[in-house]
Amino acid sequence: MKTVKVYGPGCARCATTEKMVKDAAVRLGIAVTVEKVTDAKSIAMAGVMSTPGLSVDGKLVHAGGLPDAAKLDAWLSA
Amino acid sequence: MTTLDTPHSRRPDWLWYLGLPVAGLIWWLAYYQLIPFSEWVVSQLPVDRHSHTGEAIAFFVYDVPKVLLLLTLIVFITGVLRSWFSPEKTRAILAGRRQIWGYPLAALLGVMTPFCSCSSVPLFIGFVSAGIPLGVTFAFLIAGPMVGPVGLGLLYGLVGWQIATIYLVFGFTIATLAGWVLGQMRLERYLQDWVRDLNLGPVDDLPAEHLSFVDRLREGVAQVREIVGRVWIWVLVGIGIGAVIHGYVPEALMLRIMGGEAWWSVPAAVVVGVPMYTNAAGVIPIVEALLGKGAALGTTLAFMMSVIALSLPEMIILKQVLTLRLIAIFVAVVSLGILATGYLFNFLL
Repeated sequence: MKTVKVYGPGCARCATTEKMVKDAAVRLGIAVTVEKVTDAKSIAMAGVMSTPGLSVDGKLVHAGGLPDAAKLDAWLSA
Repeated sequence: MTTLDTPHSRRPDWLWYLGLPVAGLIWWLAYYQLIPFSEWVVSQLPVDRHSHTGEAIAFFVYDVPKVLLLLTLIVFITGVLRSWFSPEKTRAILAGRRQIWGYPLAALLGVMTPFCSCSSVPLFIGFVSAGIPLGVTFAFLIAGPMVGPVGLGLLYGLVGWQIATIYLVFGFTIATLAGWVLGQMRLERYLQDWVRDLNLGPVDDLPAEHLSFVDRLREGVAQVREIVGRVWIWVLVGIGIGAVIHGYVPEALMLRIMGGEAWWSVPAAVVVGVPMYTNAAGVIPIVEALLGKGAALGTTLAFMMSVIALSLPEMIILKQVLTLRLIAIFVAVVSLGILATGYLFNFLL
């Protein structure tokens, strides 16, 4: 089970990112829990400065803009 | 790594290299048909070309495709250029710069770094907790919207290079000076308590992303989709207001309320401009119409700067990290800079 956190204050791109993660997880057959972090303080504490940010199992892998679909697959299946 | 062969429909690189000049050519051809197109549209309508209504419609029909074309081009180029920058890189450059030239550097990076006002809180905390002085952070935050490429590019295309250059120089100066003044005031004590007490440990460094040139072009197109898709409605509203001013407002009235003689017009422009919330793309068609009707340059610049640089929604977002008192000082310092610019140009010209 992987834990993915999506950091973002609730912008359109953040919702899209969350959906991309869930879709990719289903397609790859990987069990993933997706958690949304919307509180500005927690976002900043995670070291994210441009949203949406993305962490997999506690490791920050992406910040700013939609993640690249191919890279997302790689992070999830790593 | 067995998953990299997932079916992502990606255009091959050669298509991008072919498509870029073709798109450029189409853009160029369209841009040079704007006047014939708008005159043709008006001639098809049952209105006198030189009536108020005819003037207003001609302004609208000419400006809408023009602004949308310019906006697309500027956002694309900016999107490509900004793919070389990120808030993380900017933070690394600015961290620990307490020297005087940290301010102009921050203003410059504010223009080049991609960030949206929706993430200005995490960005603010990220900067301050990395040891970037408060004033330098403010210079960055002011310059971003104030001298954004969209505003400058549209000003260049709609009003001319002279005024675009004046705007660039003074916008940049205000951001730098306001940042410096705020830095001298030792305002750290007016941060919200939790921000002051925040002690961020070393944060994870993001793995460096390697982007090919085509990746950067993709980023440009993605920006066009997102930004033009979001602001086109503001553009239409702005051009609509500009068209009404262009067609109906008598020059004598404009001279009386926004002319250089009316000393109170500069502060009035700031007071009206600050609560107005639109973006550069929406306000510049209005600026174009105002200047065309004889509004004084200083007054118009003051109006434009206060609309773009100071916005109520951004203040509300920043309330999470700044106390009301600090927000008030911030608004006051930036407004003073805008007022000074307005009076300077009304006085000089």
